[in-house]
Amino acid sequence: MKKLLSVVFLAAVLAACSNTPVPEDTGAPVESRAGSGTDVKTVVAGDLDASGLPRELSDPKSQLAQRSIYFDLDRYEVKSDYQGLVAAHAKFLTANPGFRVLIQGNTDERGSREYNLSLGQKRADAVKRALVLLGVQDNQVESVSLGEEKPKNPGQDEAAYAENRRADILYRAPDGRGEF
Amino acid sequence: MTAISRLSRRIFIACSLGCAMFASSLAQAQLSIEITGAGASRIPVAIADFAGDDPMSRIVTGTVRGDLERSGLFKMVDTTGAALDENTPVDYGAWKNRGADALAAGSLVRSGNGRVETRFRLYDTLKSDALGGAIYVTNAGQLRMAGHRVADFIYEKLTGERGIFSTRIAYVIKSRNQYHLQIADADGQNPATALSSVEPIISPVWSPDGGRLAYVSFEKKKPIIIVHSLASGERKVVANFKGSNSAPAWSPDGRRLAVVLSKDGNSQLYTVNADGSGGLQRLAQSSGIDTEPRYSADGSSIYFTSDRGGSPQIYRISSQGGAAQRVTFDGTYNVSPRPSPDGKSLAFITRRDGRFQLAVMDLASNQIQVLTDSSRDESPSFAPNSRMILFATEVGGRGVLSAVSIDGRIKQRLSIAAGDVREPAWGPFLK
Repeated sequence: MKKLLSVVFLAAVLAACSNTPVPEDTGAPVESRAGSGTDVKTVVAGDLDASGLPRELSDPKSQLAQRSIYFDLDRYEVKSDYQGLVAAHAKFLTANPGFRVLIQGNTDERGSREYNLSLGQKRADAVKRALVLLGVQDNQVESVSLGEEKPKNPGQDEAAYAENRRADILYRAPDGRGEF
Repeated sequence: MTAISRLSRRIFIACSLGCAMFASSLAQAQLSIEITGAGASRIPVAIADFAGDDPMSRIVTGTVRGDLERSGLFKMVDTTGAALDENTPVDYGAWKNRGADALAAGSLVRSGNGRVETRFRLYDTLKSDALGGAIYVTNAGQLRMAGHRVADFIYEKLTGERGIFSTRIAYVIKSRNQYHLQIADADGQNPATALSSVEPIISPVWSPDGGRLAYVSFEKKKPIIIVHSLASGERKVVANFKGSNSAPAWSPDGRRLAVVLSKDGNSQLYTVNADGSGGLQRLAQSSGIDTEPRYSADGSSIYFTSDRGGSPQIYRISSQGGAAQRVTFDGTYNVSPRPSPDGKSLAFITRRDGRFQLAVMDLASNQIQVLTDSSRDESPSFAPNSRMILFATEVGGRGVLSAVSIDGRIKQRLSIAAGDVREPAWGPFLK
């Protein structure tokens, strides 16, 4: 019995010393090379939400979950009320330069569709400029306009219009997953 | 009275037809027209029943009468009991006694290969004189077009202006989150779908030759400009730069498009080749919004909307570029400038006390007249004879099209049961 164990041990030592790599230090099963064994799946540590984004971007307790900046009628300046919100997103984006955002500008449904398309662009641009001023890289941010074409609130009263005069921040992770 | 009851019956038929078709296929949805205002004095005209093959003749007679009546400029004189065609000698006294200032009589003749000749003559009963006539040859399936041609002839002889009954209109229907770019006859009949999309379609404009439409489509998840050949369905992307591409406007020669691009950050005016071969040129420069360019009829200048003065107002610039002149000064929101094809007036949308209304400016006197009492007017479009303006508005929370004469007197409404209609564009005269 003792002799047999020695032989096994010797074989193991010989195997370990040979040039042939042996998967010995992990418990992982060795997959067939005939499959997709050359693919590498990257796993980002941490807690992700349903969109594949860090939970802090959607956690209601996080300021980063607030993604909308609202505007006054006919206006496209980012009001001082939203400076904290913009700063929080700028902080995240400067700390995570692999992340990108899409700013979608919107307007209420009244007036010219074409003018509203330009007004929505101005609103998106204003948010982009505020982020870039706080250190976000220009190529991390794209600004587009939806004009009056995609109202969040289909109502026809001042409350609905106020809700639709808005720019939204959408995120995309470095791995391409996200909200746009 | 007879004319009115006949008209309401016709509208009822059009509407029930429209509703039934809507249930089966939206693309077939018919616009129904309702007249909500008429001219102060209407010319009394007798249109005798066209002779010949009965069902076909009735289509032509009905189309002619409907067109003239809807224009708001004519009153139909009862022709009951009259049996005459274009060759029957006219008893001018009898028609004068019936109250008709003019009389049209005609007939339909099959000319083989499924073709039909529509012949007619027009008479001035007050002067006891023939005003001329014509023969229009169409396929049996295009009799309404023959009727529109007859109505155009009568309209031109009696008013001195070209008729627009044989022209076409484009508009967008939104229904169940689908967008349909529709082409129809000027009376809303014969609708055909040029494009269906799950993303918005806005700002259609007709090429001067009437064969193509330029429009803005969001199909690439952002606005890009497409030129669409209606007969072939061929589509060319003429502007897909970074950012928004929108507000196309044809140069009068049909070779260039004025467009609005935000590729350099702000909505600014450029021109590009209409055939998709590039040729991008910057037209104007401002730190604010410049949008909604439209060439004047002679091509020398471009009207556009800009907020460079602090609020959206209408400006004019040479189509070669240069300094812009401000055109509107009243109020804080004047947008969507549309110079008339005759060069005499400018239609636009003005905001007054929170209401968005269609207005027209006489370009000689700078006098402005608000033409509607609605509050959600958008997207005006001149008829090619400059007499009517088609625009989008809202009734009961639903998008409808309206047309109004430039004096504000004649009003028509075109709506679709259970559909939102918007973004109308009136096509050019048929060649």
